[in-house]
Amino acid sequence: MSRKQQLHRPGPQPGPPADDTGCPILHVDMDAFFVSVELLDRPELRGRPVIVGHDGPRGVVSAASYEARTFGVHSAMPITRARRLCPQAVILPVRGERYARVSAGVFAIFRSITPLVEGLSLDEAFLDVAGAGRRLGRPAEIAALIREQVRAQQGITCSVGVANTKFIAKMASTRCKPDGLLVVPPDGVAGFLHPLPVASLWGVGERTEEALARLGLRTVGQLAQVPLSTLQRELGGALGAHLHALAHGRDPREVVPHTPDKSIGAEETFGTDVDDPEVIRRELLRLAEKVGARLRAAGHEGRTVSVKLRMASFKTITRSRTLREPTDLARVIYVTACELYEGAGLERVRLRLVGVRVENLVPAGEAPRQLAFDEPETGWREAERAIDRVTHRFGRGAVRPAALVRRPDEGTPGGPAGRGGEGSDGEDGRR
Amino acid sequence: MKFRIDRDALADAVAWTARTLPVRPPVPVLAGMHIEASDRLKLSAFDYEVSAQVSTDIDVEEPGTALVSGRLLAEISRSLPPHPVEVTTDGAKVMLRCGSAKFTLLTMPVEDYPTLPEMPPAAGAVGSDEFAAAVAQVAIAAGKDDTIPMLTGVRVEIEGETVTLASTDRYRLAVRELHWKPERPDFSAVALVPAKTLADTAKSLTAGAEVSIALGGAGGTGEGMIGFEGGGRRTTSRLLDGDFVKYRSLLPSEYAGLAEIQTAPFIEAVKRVSLVAERNTPVRLSFSQGEVVLEAGTGDEAQAVEALEATLEGEDIDIAFNPAFLLDGLSAIGSDVARLSFTTATKPAVLTGKPPQDGENPHYRYLIMPVRLSG
Repeated sequence: MSRKQQLHRPGPQPGPPADDTGCPILHVDMDAFFVSVELLDRPELRGRPVIVGHDGPRGVVSAASYEARTFGVHSAMPITRARRLCPQAVILPVRGERYARVSAGVFAIFRSITPLVEGLSLDEAFLDVAGAGRRLGRPAEIAALIREQVRAQQGITCSVGVANTKFIAKMASTRCKPDGLLVVPPDGVAGFLHPLPVASLWGVGERTEEALARLGLRTVGQLAQVPLSTLQRELGGALGAHLHALAHGRDPREVVPHTPDKSIGAEETFGTDVDDPEVIRRELLRLAEKVGARLRAAGHEGRTVSVKLRMASFKTITRSRTLREPTDLARVIYVTACELYEGAGLERVRLRLVGVRVENLVPAGEAPRQLAFDEPETGWREAERAIDRVTHRFGRGAVRPAALVRRPDEGTPGGPAGRGGEGSDGEDGRR
Repeated sequence: MKFRIDRDALADAVAWTARTLPVRPPVPVLAGMHIEASDRLKLSAFDYEVSAQVSTDIDVEEPGTALVSGRLLAEISRSLPPHPVEVTTDGAKVMLRCGSAKFTLLTMPVEDYPTLPEMPPAAGAVGSDEFAAAVAQVAIAAGKDDTIPMLTGVRVEIEGETVTLASTDRYRLAVRELHWKPERPDFSAVALVPAKTLADTAKSLTAGAEVSIALGGAGGTGEGMIGFEGGGRRTTSRLLDGDFVKYRSLLPSEYAGLAEIQTAPFIEAVKRVSLVAERNTPVRLSFSQGEVVLEAGTGDEAQAVEALEATLEGEDIDIAFNPAFLLDGLSAIGSDVARLSFTTATKPAVLTGKPPQDGENPHYRYLIMPVRLSG
């Protein structure tokens, strides 16, 4: 979104004076978060096109500054393409841990406003401020306060959408980016929504957009004219009902504080495509180790293991299996991932990317565990916990499976492209 | 081909044979049931793994063979009115007449039908009812997940006059010993038979008094096969490859505690209490002098508790099990009194019936791994 919207400050405005009445939902979104954090450390780059992402043949843009975006650069674009569009851009590597620290500070501000904070990722959250009115003022005043505190304490800017539903609040923050604030009063929802293209609605991807275009529906306003039954007939019951509700500005979802992670995963884009099952399995092991460690660090166990395999043709398949009991063990994740990989029939097929994810998360240690005859009393669980402790003390990679150990002089043939294509910790890593 | 047969005899023979018809035939002819009329009627089905053949008395006018859709024949013969059945071939069709009902069935080329595997040499015989009961007791513990094929089998060990059956899914182990009559007194063999096939076969061979077991030796006829025959029915099955778990070392040689509970009330109580046990959550048993308390469910969910009379030798113990595993074992011991022996809450417990005389070894043992509770 390169067009900067005029700020809608609270206060005397034409029309009813209290246009944020009944708008308790705030969507707060950091502006070009990774880039903004990098600029804190590299202030000399301010005002120049900056891209955060792994600089390599397979690297992907994780974030781009607004200056870079004017050249058409956007996140998830291959770095090589971004370079062509904007050769003068400065490309900085991804530093997940740095962003996580700033994010923690930002979320601390949110939680000082209201306990009803629903984090969507490192740099984005919904807040329900209905209960904070007496203490802190009207929703729009609170939004301004948050923007002020984030700027003062963390040195970065954010945009806030204020509305009566999560979905409108989120669209409002998108519309007022960067460094903006937009209030959409309940009676202004139709006016706000109707001119927008259907693709801006949550849940409308390319296919749905095409399906709607065939019906001659290009704007949300047109969509809102169509009876529910017609939409359901054309798009199916669930999607039809969903879009009908959105087009009328209805979104019953509440702000749920502390949404538990739904899944934890990691993926890797290879530097060059790989068809050697040995190399693939080794990569699955590395990813499983990573996911296992992350699960244990977050105190989660998950019952469903899935692998993502993207072929050289970009065709992507996902295979998953639900285990009998939740696990946080890299060993179990790895064995399951290998079985899924072998079962997918893609051995010897050239792969561009592999990913491992654990879903169906529950708090660790709460699930009773069916013991098996061939399971020693102390086994992988204890071994992996010991690795966690060593890692905590001596740093990542201090102890790892022998298959992943390389001599320093040894290269990484077909090795990973690095952090670029990988769900950087937290942002894509959890969802 | 032309023959006449009693309606019920036909229905029985067809129904039994049809169980072996493959659900998704790899080649079309395997959907067929092979009919051969000579001095007797022989019906066969085959799915490359398992073959079934039954022979029964008929009144033959003209011998012959035909291959017809097995499913269709099974449905027809099950629904026939109570009259004698006449079966004839007419060119490429088979006509089936029963009372005033008449069916015309298409045939498939008989010459395309594979030859059934040869029966391995007979190794001995066992009482059919006892065999069926023993197999049922053991097959419950077999794994249902094909990822480890070895665990989906029943290990059959024959040593002279003793047959030992065992199966395990890593969470429980069922072992049953029984006596049989070997062809040679020094006969010894081991085989790993798919548990489902074995259980279905044993159950369906109880019409005759005995079941003859045929087991091929290495290199001889029917290598990698096992055959069962009884009451005019014979089945062969391919054996599973792979070494079975060294299960004998799992059977504990001593125990710290031993409890006895009336089986029927115990089963009822476990069923009741586990109604509140969510998927994969255990039923907890607390044994003390004179009673066992069963509990299921946790703090945030529905809970249930029930106490039963029980005798206990040894220290009080709390131990938890998957209720389904516990019920499988309790239903299989075939005894009014269940005996549970254990060492600790995380070591396998052994479930048996109370032996008629103390000190006697039970023929059937069901080992069950406990569930470790959180915390």
